[in-house]
Amino acid sequence: MSARSWSVARGVAWRGLHNFFHNPALVVPAVMFPLFFFTAFAGGLSNVSNVPGFDFPENYTTFQFVFVLIQASAFGGVFTGFAIARDFEGGFGRRMMLAAPNRRAILGGYALVALGRCVFIVALLTAIALVVGMEVGGSFANLVGMYSLALLVNLIALMWAAGIALRFRSLQAGPLMQTPVFLIIFIAPVYVPFNLLTGWVKTAASVNPITAIIEAARDFISGVPADLALAYGAAIGMLIFFGIWALRGLAKAEAAGG
Amino acid sequence: MNAHARTQISELARRSIVRTIRQPAQVVPAITFPLFLFAINAAGLDSAAQLPGFPAPDYLTWIVAVPFMQAGLFAVAGLGADLARDIETGFLDRLALTPLSRTGLVSGQMAGTIGLGIFQGLVFLAVGLAAGATFETGLPGAVVLILLEIAIVFAFGLIGITAAFRFGNGEAVQGLFPLLFVFLFLSTMALPADLIQQDWFRWIAEHNPISFIFSGIRSLFYGGWDPTALAEAFGVAALISIVFMPLAVRALNARVVRT
Repeated sequence: MSARSWSVARGVAWRGLHNFFHNPALVVPAVMFPLFFFTAFAGGLSNVSNVPGFDFPENYTTFQFVFVLIQASAFGGVFTGFAIARDFEGGFGRRMMLAAPNRRAILGGYALVALGRCVFIVALLTAIALVVGMEVGGSFANLVGMYSLALLVNLIALMWAAGIALRFRSLQAGPLMQTPVFLIIFIAPVYVPFNLLTGWVKTAASVNPITAIIEAARDFISGVPADLALAYGAAIGMLIFFGIWALRGLAKAEAAGG
Repeated sequence: MNAHARTQISELARRSIVRTIRQPAQVVPAITFPLFLFAINAAGLDSAAQLPGFPAPDYLTWIVAVPFMQAGLFAVAGLGADLARDIETGFLDRLALTPLSRTGLVSGQMAGTIGLGIFQGLVFLAVGLAAGATFETGLPGAVVLILLEIAIVFAFGLIGITAAFRFGNGEAVQGLFPLLFVFLFLSTMALPADLIQQDWFRWIAEHNPISFIFSGIRSLFYGGWDPTALAEAFGVAALISIVFMPLAVRALNARVVRT
């Protein structure tokens, strides 16, 4: 990346993060949403870990933490997609397009925003989970592996949402960004390990790439060997696919004049 | 109620029904979203029925109560957003100039949401039965279930109306939706209270009014008729209505004075 492109990306990132951290209407739901799911699932369903065949080595709080970590990371990306849509709806995106010699740097800036938001939420979530008794069986390297998967999910969701936002350039496309992510995340082993799923959800989860990521992240935090090739293969494959989707969206926004 | 008031309320009710029917973006998610969560939870937590002391014959029969309750949450968002739009476009101001009573104005707005609630109840019951849920109380139970659904939608719709009159904009009303979801999740939605391990969570679930509504709905699906559970469920809906009807009228009066 050239110095000018880096400068553009940094500028977009600073503006996006500044808007996020200085607007309670953005920060509060972003923080409350994952904490609420964590509380509801880890607090209300902990007895599910007593179901015969529930073989996760740590406690149920840890089991649900991983799901909420992946979910919060994904929604950090989606909500940054909302910011892109808002910028282009209000005409600010057009002005950014005029100012940037390489417009991909704008997308890079939004990626930094998504990562910044994700790190903030994940740090808060981790701290709270540890306070309420989350058990960690994995090593430092395992945890790096788990958080790197979360960040990859964040970028995947951002690229998906950015592709939509740049094509529609309106916040009215919000449900289109959000709903598929919500669906794909819930068609995975949310409440119980994969082996305890039954019926259509088991079939759907077996072909859902998010399943591999969640299962590997759970293996990481409990310190058991994870299927790295499958998890990272799925994550990087989706990132490339949705990265191309977002770049094509950027081209469409350029063609439409921002 | 005199003939004039009846005419005015029926006109408002007709408008409310037509407006609801003409908004697929409001009707479709109100049906599909609860059914999607029902499908996910029924399959994802199926093994929870193996927990010792689980009261329902299977998890599907336990979780089928949730869409009926979610209809109430959609009533808050849908009705509140519709009314907020009436405020934003000035329709309410014009309505307020007519001799229509405040209570009539509030009640008339409910018709579309209640109609949608009945439709939701019938669809959720049909899907639940088709999916294999037990329903022990038969046709009389189905009638009571729909009546309870009307009571739930009416009660929660009044919360939406109050919020719309109070805030005056749709975005603020929509903001209530996640808040009400908190009440839904912190209840006996997923597991019975005595199977919730965390003491603080169990305490909240036991005292959460939504848990009483769940008990009433579930009593119609399994375990035979339970007048106490039904009385508590209808009682909670009635209590919410009794509290929020005057609040809605008061908020309307304040809104009309402001404009």
